[in-house]
Amino acid sequence: MFCLRKYDLAKCKSPIRFINIVMLLAVMMCSSTVWSDTFFDQSMSKLLGKNFKSVTQGVELLAKSNDERAEQVLQTLLAGDLYRLKKEKRLVTILEERGKGYLVTDILVADKTYEVTSKRKIKRVAINNTLRTKIKAAIAQIQLTDTDPTKRSAAVVSLFDVVDDSQIALFEKMYEHEKNDRVRSLIAFGVAIGHLKTGSVVEKITAIKTLEDSLEPAVRNALQATADNETDKSVAAAATKALGKIDQKIDNYALMETLFFGLSLGSVLVLAAIGLAITFGVMGVINMAHGELIMLGAYTTYVVQLIMPNNIGASLFVAVPAAFLVSGLVGIAIERGVIRHLYGRPLETLLATFGLSLILQQTVRTVFSPLNRSVETPDWMSGALEINPVFSITFNRLYIIIFCLIVFAMLFFVLKKTTLGLKVRAVSQNRAMARAMGVRSEWVDALTFGLGSGVAGVAGVALSQLTNVGPNLGQAYIIDSFMVVVFGGVGNLWGTLVAGMSLGVANKILEPMSGAVLAKILVLIFIILFIQKKPRGLFPQKGRGAEG
Amino acid sequence: MSISIPSYLDSIRHRDRVFDFMAPQAGDRLEIKNGCMLYVEDVSVSFDGFKAINNLNLYIDEGELRCIIGPNGAGKTTMMDIITGKTKPDTGSAYFGQKINLLEMSEPEIAQAGIGRKFQKPTVFEEQSVFDNLELAMAGPRGVLPTLFSKLNGEQNDHIEQVMVQIGLQDHSMARSGALSHGQKQWLEIGMLLMQNPKLLLVDEPVAGMTHQEMDRTAELLTSLAGKHSVIVVEHDMDFVRSIAKKVTVLHQGSVLAEGSMDQIQSDARVKEVYLGE
Amino acid sequence: MHTDKQLFDRKSQVFLLVLAVVTVAVLGLNILVPEGSALHVSTYTVTLLGKYLTFALLAIAVDLVWGYMGILSLGHGAFFALGGYAMGMYLMRQIGDRGVYGDPILPDFMVFLDWKELPWFWQGFDMFWFAMIMVVLVPGILAFVFGWLAFRSRVTGVYLSIITQAMTYALMLAFYRNEMGFGGNNGLTDFKDILGFSLQSNSTRLTLFALSAVFLALGYIACRYIVTSKLGRVCMAIRDSEDRTRFIGYRVDKVKLWVFVFSAALAGIAGALYVPQVGIINPNEFSPLNSIELVVWVAIGGRATLYGAVIGAVAVNYAKSYFTVAMPEVWLFALGGLFVLGTLYLPKGIAGLMNRKEAVA
Repeated sequence: MFCLRKYDLAKCKSPIRFINIVMLLAVMMCSSTVWSDTFFDQSMSKLLGKNFKSVTQGVELLAKSNDERAEQVLQTLLAGDLYRLKKEKRLVTILEERGKGYLVTDILVADKTYEVTSKRKIKRVAINNTLRTKIKAAIAQIQLTDTDPTKRSAAVVSLFDVVDDSQIALFEKMYEHEKNDRVRSLIAFGVAIGHLKTGSVVEKITAIKTLEDSLEPAVRNALQATADNETDKSVAAAATKALGKIDQKIDNYALMETLFFGLSLGSVLVLAAIGLAITFGVMGVINMAHGELIMLGAYTTYVVQLIMPNNIGASLFVAVPAAFLVSGLVGIAIERGVIRHLYGRPLETLLATFGLSLILQQTVRTVFSPLNRSVETPDWMSGALEINPVFSITFNRLYIIIFCLIVFAMLFFVLKKTTLGLKVRAVSQNRAMARAMGVRSEWVDALTFGLGSGVAGVAGVALSQLTNVGPNLGQAYIIDSFMVVVFGGVGNLWGTLVAGMSLGVANKILEPMSGAVLAKILVLIFIILFIQKKPRGLFPQKGRGAEG
Repeated sequence: MSISIPSYLDSIRHRDRVFDFMAPQAGDRLEIKNGCMLYVEDVSVSFDGFKAINNLNLYIDEGELRCIIGPNGAGKTTMMDIITGKTKPDTGSAYFGQKINLLEMSEPEIAQAGIGRKFQKPTVFEEQSVFDNLELAMAGPRGVLPTLFSKLNGEQNDHIEQVMVQIGLQDHSMARSGALSHGQKQWLEIGMLLMQNPKLLLVDEPVAGMTHQEMDRTAELLTSLAGKHSVIVVEHDMDFVRSIAKKVTVLHQGSVLAEGSMDQIQSDARVKEVYLGE
Repeated sequence: MHTDKQLFDRKSQVFLLVLAVVTVAVLGLNILVPEGSALHVSTYTVTLLGKYLTFALLAIAVDLVWGYMGILSLGHGAFFALGGYAMGMYLMRQIGDRGVYGDPILPDFMVFLDWKELPWFWQGFDMFWFAMIMVVLVPGILAFVFGWLAFRSRVTGVYLSIITQAMTYALMLAFYRNEMGFGGNNGLTDFKDILGFSLQSNSTRLTLFALSAVFLALGYIACRYIVTSKLGRVCMAIRDSEDRTRFIGYRVDKVKLWVFVFSAALAGIAGALYVPQVGIINPNEFSPLNSIELVVWVAIGGRATLYGAVIGAVAVNYAKSYFTVAMPEVWLFALGGLFVLGTLYLPKGIAGLMNRKEAVA
């Protein structure tokens, strides 16, 4: 009868007896420790009580219980989703609306549902703010015993605001059993906060010493409160001093965060510019369609994800070589079709490649759509590495930096250590001489341009994870890319790396002071002025050959 | 990363020179005592550690014709770059006459002060006619407004015609100078030098690509210029040097190896060693 | 081209004559021919042609520095836009209390931003003469400062092109900001009248068209005067061999600077004529695309001819007006194709084609 999918209320003639049976069943089901079950069962009846006092007792009992359902009940209660089924005296949650009534499900027996014909037959278990704090503490109390150290840490931290003597005792007891270092230090902080509230002057000062090392906001609040309200001057002074130390650390970490953001922005700039550093820097070709080659890389990612929708995680690994090929081939086509005819006429090259960029944009607009396409981010890209409460490293930014460095290293290797690289450098330094030595300069030109373009495509894969993929994606990066290459010194890969990174960091440092747009304008003005002072960039090519 | 502080300070120090109408006209300042026109003293310059010029000393007298020879990489072109302001030396001094410090001046200022230069590779304004090339080079005000409102008077016209005859291009007056032969371009460039009417001429390999006849004419022209002007000729062709030179300077590894008459030079043991590896 | 020393050579005479005839004809066909007639030129068309003429003036300014001096400026759109903004600010002040919010002094967007008083840089723009000085002065000063820095440190070739592009890009970002006080991304619009004449009225529109033609002619003659003078030959000398020009004693930086400033001022005038005819100026005019597009007008028309720039500006813009209405998706293909094919197969532009035919005949 209890296993019926739908329990017809009309058939149930004795609700009280029914509840007794349920309770009996519950006791039988989780009978590992008798006392905890008692707590749990008592709490259930308390929660059915109509006043706050009864509910509060219920919550306290739940906190003490060892029952694994306790946390879920508390969470439901906290969310305001727990209802009393008045007549049957059961705790339920609403599944869905049914006409004038509801379909509800028993909180203790998941697959048992009741049809409620009128809205008045159920009533939400009311909670207030005091109760809410208690519930949170109770949940934390339960989570303290969780097997996952991260959950335990979170539980400890959430108890920081409500530490009292009994909690101190509990923390101390827990400290003895705890094996995880991070949790242990957090518990120590918790004890210290407790002492700060209730201890003697000596205890307070020791507590402050301990708390200096914490970056938890709750710890800072507690110290702030002590510094403001403590009557003993030595304690207040110690608290103020500790606050100073903490703030110093927070500032340092904020600086590190800015630096990290800056480096990740810099990596984006370097990725976007590095292909240009080859085509412009090494070959001297102004390719205004460079941005569109980046865009093609991003669209390649989109297409790859369309082809393998079930393997988004792996799609990026396929997209990188695919984008390199697509952009690289388009680049070779551009070189063979247009640029080859314009060597030695840089201004004309600039115009012709700009025309190509318009054509590529419109092609993408026609083939895909003028609207942005959504490229999915694999799971392994999301999330963050939390170093401490005020400083965490998001994975996507971290991966961009790593990816940028890998691309840079590979390119550097290709140019410095391979025959192709040797030929590229030979042709760029003295075309006629290289030809005389038997280097097929036309072939080298095409391959070099293909390499630069391919790298642009790879940058597009990275950018597809950060910004909207649309026909205008490339335009947004072309000026920045040229700025990075020119700033770094044309023909110098290291220059591009240093320039991109420093511009990224400069942007992020300026941003909080002036706002993002103004920061960008300031950086642009800086570069314009810088080029006036040093027209050959940070790391100019040296020697007589660089002249003219 | 290497914004050198001294050069930056230097540029600040010279901010006043932006308005060049405030600076006195260099041409009027030329003061020559003891008959010495050009002083280059203790000049050194290096490119990335390579010493192109090493403690060079050179004195040119008024009206002198001096030939400078030396193997490749001896620093001949770099020396000319320093005198004409294209390259700034690391140390040393260069004076034009007694008072004009060449190291503080830009290329156009030096040109206006009276130093003309002919390049190794003939560079004329290829899109413009022979006449226009000569007109552009003609001595006279170089400011923006004077050139905007400049009109050729009869005298100037005659001067240009006269130089065209002198360089044998009178029949090509309206020809696009880019269409001239290599030798004609050389001549045109010499003609442009003449139009500038400089006190000191720097002539880099004037006879490269010329026939023997043309060479003779060039030699004649250069010797006729000496006296009125000081002339420095850099040349590889020893026959040509012998035909014009009274005094020859041999450069080697950026400094003066020997100086004297052609005969003295030819008998100098060190010069032989450098040239012949003996 | 090397004998090109006559101010009014045959081509200039033809050009000015054609310009005069077209202007008079358009005005005549608008005023004298009744509206129903097939020969009637609508006021809409007159304004459109007026817009082309301002573009032509802008193209001449670009040709002066690019064609004759070898400076490929990718920032001339900025000078055009600044001239336009100066005019726009005057027109904005003329609205007075006829704006949506009815504030007698503050333009609508300032009331909207809850500004209490007119920023200092808006002072004086209620006076026409002041605004007209600013039309020339603001682009001129920007060009002076920028050029002074760039030419003195010998930034040339593509480097110069790239930093001029960065300049207009930075200005675009700046003008998009509301805090700048130029109306943010909406720019300046809803103009009512100029010197008391309604901008909607036929006669004002015809006058603006005629003025555009007059200024185009004056701009042409001024540029022609420069390029036929000795200064023009110095410019060409700089274009062909900058170093050599320096060694015969010309201050290359100063020549470049003043011609650049003059060109920027000319672009500013073009912008000031453009704004009252189209009725709006917004930061999009600063976009790098605009600047680079106008370089193509000159390239297509033919560099270093001046009249070629005019032909290019009118032809490309006519094509643009046609395509963007008839087949909008084809326009960018067409423009891109013009860039590529023009540089590859038509290095001397339409003017070059015309000259070749002439030489054959």
